[in-house]
Amino acid sequence: MKREVAAPATEAHPMDELLRMDRIPHIWCPTCGLGTVVTAFASAVDKLEIPLDDLAVVSGIGCTGRVAGYIKVDSFHTTHGRAIPFATGLHLTNPKLKVVVISGDGDLISIGGNHFIHAARRNVDITVICVNNFIYAMTGGQVAPTTPLRANASTMPYGNFERPFNIPYLAESSGAVYVARWTALHVRRLTKAIAEALQKPGFSVVEVISPCSTLYSRRNRIGTGLDLMKFYHDNCEIKHGADTRELDIGFQEEITVGKFIDTERPTYVESMNTWYAEVFGDQYEPYEGSAK
Amino acid sequence: MADSSRRTPPGPGQKYWRRPLDADRIKVPHGEIHILVNRCKGCQFCVEYCPRDVLEMSESFNVKGYHYPEAVNEGECVNCQLCEMLCPEFAIFCVEVEEEVADDDGGS
Ligand code: SF4
Ligand code: SF4
Ligand code: SF4
Repeated sequence: MKREVAAPATEAHPMDELLRMDRIPHIWCPTCGLGTVVTAFASAVDKLEIPLDDLAVVSGIGCTGRVAGYIKVDSFHTTHGRAIPFATGLHLTNPKLKVVVISGDGDLISIGGNHFIHAARRNVDITVICVNNFIYAMTGGQVAPTTPLRANASTMPYGNFERPFNIPYLAESSGAVYVARWTALHVRRLTKAIAEALQKPGFSVVEVISPCSTLYSRRNRIGTGLDLMKFYHDNCEIKHGADTRELDIGFQEEITVGKFIDTERPTYVESMNTWYAEVFGDQYEPYEGSAK
Repeated sequence: MADSSRRTPPGPGQKYWRRPLDADRIKVPHGEIHILVNRCKGCQFCVEYCPRDVLEMSESFNVKGYHYPEAVNEGECVNCQLCEMLCPEFAIFCVEVEEEVADDDGGS
């Protein structure tokens, strides 16, 4: 992102270089936090000076799923829940590519939940940015596996009685090597966490709590996205290294944010190469990708 | 919002209570704000979280029918770029402007 502004100020923005401007303005509602998450991601890429040709973004379906369509790098908008398997294939074909999944809680944790746990178990070297807005937003506010207890959803008109997933705990217990949670308000810390996750070999997860003004907060009568940002401001506690079992999120209750897990474990490709080298000795040529 | 006058650096004629040791070496950066009015969807994130209270929502509407931010206090902008980072619409950004060199010797 260049900072010199040659064009008239009303025409260009430093982010424009990283966006598919023919699709902007995006479809996200006023006071939705998703655009902010895109800026944080772009800033992390900019900070690490990752060549854009070495980066790929994969999304599933949903409001967050639109990200792949707005970012001007190689990107793919997969079917519902299938962002991680697509990203896994992309990574295994060309392990030198930085493969990032940016998708929502419903897509990654519910419909793609199985892919999430197995990619973490195998320690596939990809980064997952899971935007958690507590609800299925694009399809009309149905209850998600991340909807806090007692929050209202269109399929839970009397309040949710299903226990939600705690994403950092799910990620850690499945085997992720980097796990952090921030909100869209903590945009600088979020950028730093995304940069760390991008540099981490193995399965890294950044959960981003982000306001959904149209479905979640309106249905629950808790104001606009700005009110939710103010809520995060007043009710987030930073606890690095917190025990992930204690990171449940209650309805309008305090949210613990921070970096919880940062550890090392052989990645999927490393494990395969080490084992086959042991089994086949000199006959085995370590796998480094099949992309030409 | 917090009282912004607390954060105002001392103007001419005022003295720092204790002059920072590096006051004549460290320059407070200054920013020039660019607002792409017609991209704005009026979320107010920038106005609410600008640490220097530089921005205020407009009375008038943009082409989409939203109020948008106006820099009412641009001299206070320290180019922290928080407004730019928070804006979900890529509608506001800030560029650093060169400080004009003060013609006194820093009071020594
Ligand atoms: S429905 Fe919710 S998550 Fe989707 S764009 Fe609107 S505010 Fe954002
Ligand atoms: S750059 Fe910082 S000080 Fe300047 S207007 Fe934006 S938020 Fe305010
Ligand atoms: S943050 Fe962006 S969209 Fe929101 S009011 Fe400010 S300029 Fe407009």
